[in-house]
Amino acid sequence: MVATALTEARVWELLDEVLDPEVPVLSILDLGIVRGVRVADGQVTVDITPTYSGCPAMNTIATDIRLRLLAEGIANVTIHNQLSPAWTTDWMTPAGRQKLQAYGIAPPVDGTATGHVLNLFGQDTAVRCPQCQSDNTRLVSQFGSTACKASYQCNDCYEPFDYFKCH
Amino acid sequence: MQAVPSESAALATYPAEVRQQLFQYVLQLADTSLILGHRLSEWCGHGPILEQDLAMANIALDLLGETRSLYQYAAELEGLGRTEDDLAYLRAAVEYRNPLLVEQPNGDFAHTIVRQFLFDNFHYPFLQQLKSSPDERLAGIAEKAVKEAAYHLKWSSEWIIRLGDGTPESRQRVEKAIASLWRYAAELTTPTTAEKALQAACIIPDYATLQPAMAAHLAHVLEEATLPTPPASTFALAGGKQGRHSEHLGYILTELQYVQRAYPGLTW
Repeated sequence: MVATALTEARVWELLDEVLDPEVPVLSILDLGIVRGVRVADGQVTVDITPTYSGCPAMNTIATDIRLRLLAEGIANVTIHNQLSPAWTTDWMTPAGRQKLQAYGIAPPVDGTATGHVLNLFGQDTAVRCPQCQSDNTRLVSQFGSTACKASYQCNDCYEPFDYFKCH
Repeated sequence: MQAVPSESAALATYPAEVRQQLFQYVLQLADTSLILGHRLSEWCGHGPILEQDLAMANIALDLLGETRSLYQYAAELEGLGRTEDDLAYLRAAVEYRNPLLVEQPNGDFAHTIVRQFLFDNFHYPFLQQLKSSPDERLAGIAEKAVKEAAYHLKWSSEWIIRLGDGTPESRQRVEKAIASLWRYAAELTTPTTAEKALQAACIIPDYATLQPAMAAHLAHVLEEATLPTPPASTFALAGGKQGRHSEHLGYILTELQYVQRAYPGLTW
């Protein structure tokens, strides 16, 4: 009964309730990792893409998607893991960026996802401290607590913080 | 419960011989990332400072992710029902196809950095070109991994510069590491029979076309590090890509494969 009324729009709504296990204030839609949804003959197909090749959360996310859909009686689900086109932080939604900031993680600086990387000793500019909003911050390490984050420190309030690095 | 990888439409269209060469080659790439990732993960909890301990664990994780995509593709190319786990856990050292560089022990931090830099300086330009491969699966894996490899190369390049242009102690250590590891670098760009065939078929990049970018970045980093250029005529050690390994690989596999051999068929 549920399956006959099922629309792609409804699946997207349900997917917006699936949270990223590592940054649980973001939905997987905020993160931009859901690349497609198809509904045909009661069969649901969801395309997801990893943020990083080794993202350990992908299996958990796939399980969480199945569980959320199952709770609505949708059992016939295929999840495709798609590598190309490769995920970029430019796909993160404006709402997602605001949620990250409020959670204490600096969101990726918009539109700088490519081109800067081999600038040795360079860092992303205008990374704003999520605690005191100062732009006077410094890179501590390009690698942080998860694959998608870098470690920064604020030069004004001295708080160390995570930066969701451009990718 | 795992997400299924998207299927390659091109898989069926390769002639059997090319498919076999591609299998060997994808296996070689996977083994290379796996073994280097394992070496880096040995640092976990032992890094000189917390941030660099995390950096090495992060890079190891990126390499492991690339490894899984490659083993999954290799298993499909082989078509004998083996899985990514079978390929990683149930092959002997002589069946591994990684170049000798990546199995060399960690040594001190400078030794690990030099090993990483020599690899990254190949890996990054290589993936940049592999992105354009007509093989959609390899191109997709490269498109994903190249963004990560850029961060790796930045990290290892900066550390070569810090260590070379650092204290007398750090300089002496990085010089010693270069003297020890330089002889392994040439194997990365020396094609095997399978690689030559795939290069001729334009499925993978011709390594000669990578050389200008590799040489330019190497020269730039060494100059910034105030380090001398290693002699071009150094005797090269090779054979890993043909399965002739140093004694180190056996010890790595002993640890890496222990659980699967102790509990055959175990899955997560």
